Amino acid sequence: MSDKFAKRKQKFFDFVVSSTITLLSLLTISPLILIIGYISYKGFNSFSINLITKNPVPMGEVGGGIFNGIIGSVIIILIASIVGVPLGILCGLYLVESKRGKLRHIIRLFVEILQGIPSIVIGIIGYIIIVMPMQRFSALAGGLTLAIIMIPIIVITTEEVLRLIPVELREAGIALGMPRWRVALFIVLRTGIGGLTSGILLSLSRIAGETAPLLFTVLGSQFFSIKIDQPIAALPLQIFNYSISPYPEWHSLGFAASFLLVILILFINIIIKTVVQRTSYYRK
Amino acid sequence: MYNEQAIIVNKLENGNDLMEKGIIRVENLSAYYGELEVLKNINLEISPNKITAIIGPSGCGKTTLIRCLNRLFETVPRTRFSGKIFYKERDIISYDTTDIRKEIGMVFQRPNPFPTMNIYNNVIAGYKLNGLKLSKLESDQLVEETLKKVALWDEVRDKLYRSSTELSGGQQQRLCIARTIAVRPGVILFDEPCAALDPISTSKIEELMLTLKEDFTIIIVTHNMQQAARVSDFTAFLMAGQLIEFGYTDMIFTSPKDKRTEEYITGRFG
Repeated sequence: MSDKFAKRKQKFFDFVVSSTITLLSLLTISPLILIIGYISYKGFNSFSINLITKNPVPMGEVGGGIFNGIIGSVIIILIASIVGVPLGILCGLYLVESKRGKLRHIIRLFVEILQGIPSIVIGIIGYIIIVMPMQRFSALAGGLTLAIIMIPIIVITTEEVLRLIPVELREAGIALGMPRWRVALFIVLRTGIGGLTSGILLSLSRIAGETAPLLFTVLGSQFFSIKIDQPIAALPLQIFNYSISPYPEWHSLGFAASFLLVILILFINIIIKTVVQRTSYYRK
Repeated sequence: MYNEQAIIVNKLENGNDLMEKGIIRVENLSAYYGELEVLKNINLEISPNKITAIIGPSGCGKTTLIRCLNRLFETVPRTRFSGKIFYKERDIISYDTTDIRKEIGMVFQRPNPFPTMNIYNNVIAGYKLNGLKLSKLESDQLVEETLKKVALWDEVRDKLYRSSTELSGGQQQRLCIARTIAVRPGVILFDEPCAALDPISTSKIEELMLTLKEDFTIIIVTHNMQQAARVSDFTAFLMAGQLIEFGYTDMIFTSPKDKRTEEYITGRFG
């Protein structure tokens, strides 16, 4: 009899614990669902083909889009990637391959600290070391500043991915008489390429939405421009400016731009998942 | 003294002065991981075109010993060794590490073909990854010839450009052997090559080793005493970092001189 009671008790607790966990995890993802839902609802209504093909128009005129912001963002992200991707990957490779324990330890510590620095602080740094000497806001300053945010993310994912590559594979290369630099480049990096790609995409999706550093470095622009030494428009800046404006038309433009940005980042994340699944030879 | 035994036997068999000296000679080799001495004063001579098996209980230093021979041991941090190792009468320290590893190839415990490469490129990896160019004709010939040597050609001839990871474990291991012999080393080290394989694949690898010894000198580390007895000409028995006994495989297995060897091969410990 008591045995039966104990079993019932067990079942009851089982039910309580598992339903609590389920409920709490649903709670965790609810903000995401709310954000995507709200932005889709608001943004989709003001979304039109003009939005992505037209430049902004002066206040009072009807229509206009955010074409200049899309192009501006692409340029800034491209500059950031050209600088950040090679540096990040090489630094990650160094952390994995280096035999100098102390230096490696220090570098990793700095990278971790860098990742934790608020982006607005990095924006101020960008302002001081790039904008002030150049005497102007520019796409270049924005790109370089975003690269600083990008690098630690790439370094850390690169290190994690390359650590998963079995030592047997490196030794296979060494045993064939390959010098270490060849092993690092042609075996370690090449085998980890899927994971590296996802690290890069992850960092792209992170910087695509960064606004604070751009306020200090790029400034933004109402006009179409592709000059990298000039202030330039960018999606997050447009969202910021439109959203704090007093005009309802601009509000809806802001939502449309947010919608576009969220879709873009969602899309990048889906690509990450696919790339990782397709190209991972080794996983934990 | 057992070295002498092996050398004398060589002399009798071949009557050849070159054969008198082993292709690899290990003198007073001690190896350390940090402070831990894993090999203690090993003296050993490896005869060319023979299979030498290294047996012994787990952790006795078998793998460390062969990793010293191709200088893979020193790629691990905090390791060092003392004593001398000669390859073809030349101290291996005087070779470039990359050169000695091309002369003394290695096959590992777990099959480790390069997963990013297809079967064809895995065979010629030793050339490609070292930046050596082969003409299409040369590499075609080399791939076919090498895969035939490891008895893999018939199984993979239709899928040379497929990923190496599609092969079974035994096929992958033969592909790794092909990759090793493609660069034409003098010596091949096998580090428990069948530990991860099923019995059928194991017997294929063993047959393969017997044919390969015509062209190469083979040193095999194995846990499996039957395997050592089946394939090897000479056997070295290691225990706790010391070389206990070294000599003809037949003699080691039928009339071991040391009591510890006898206890190990009759399965009383290890």
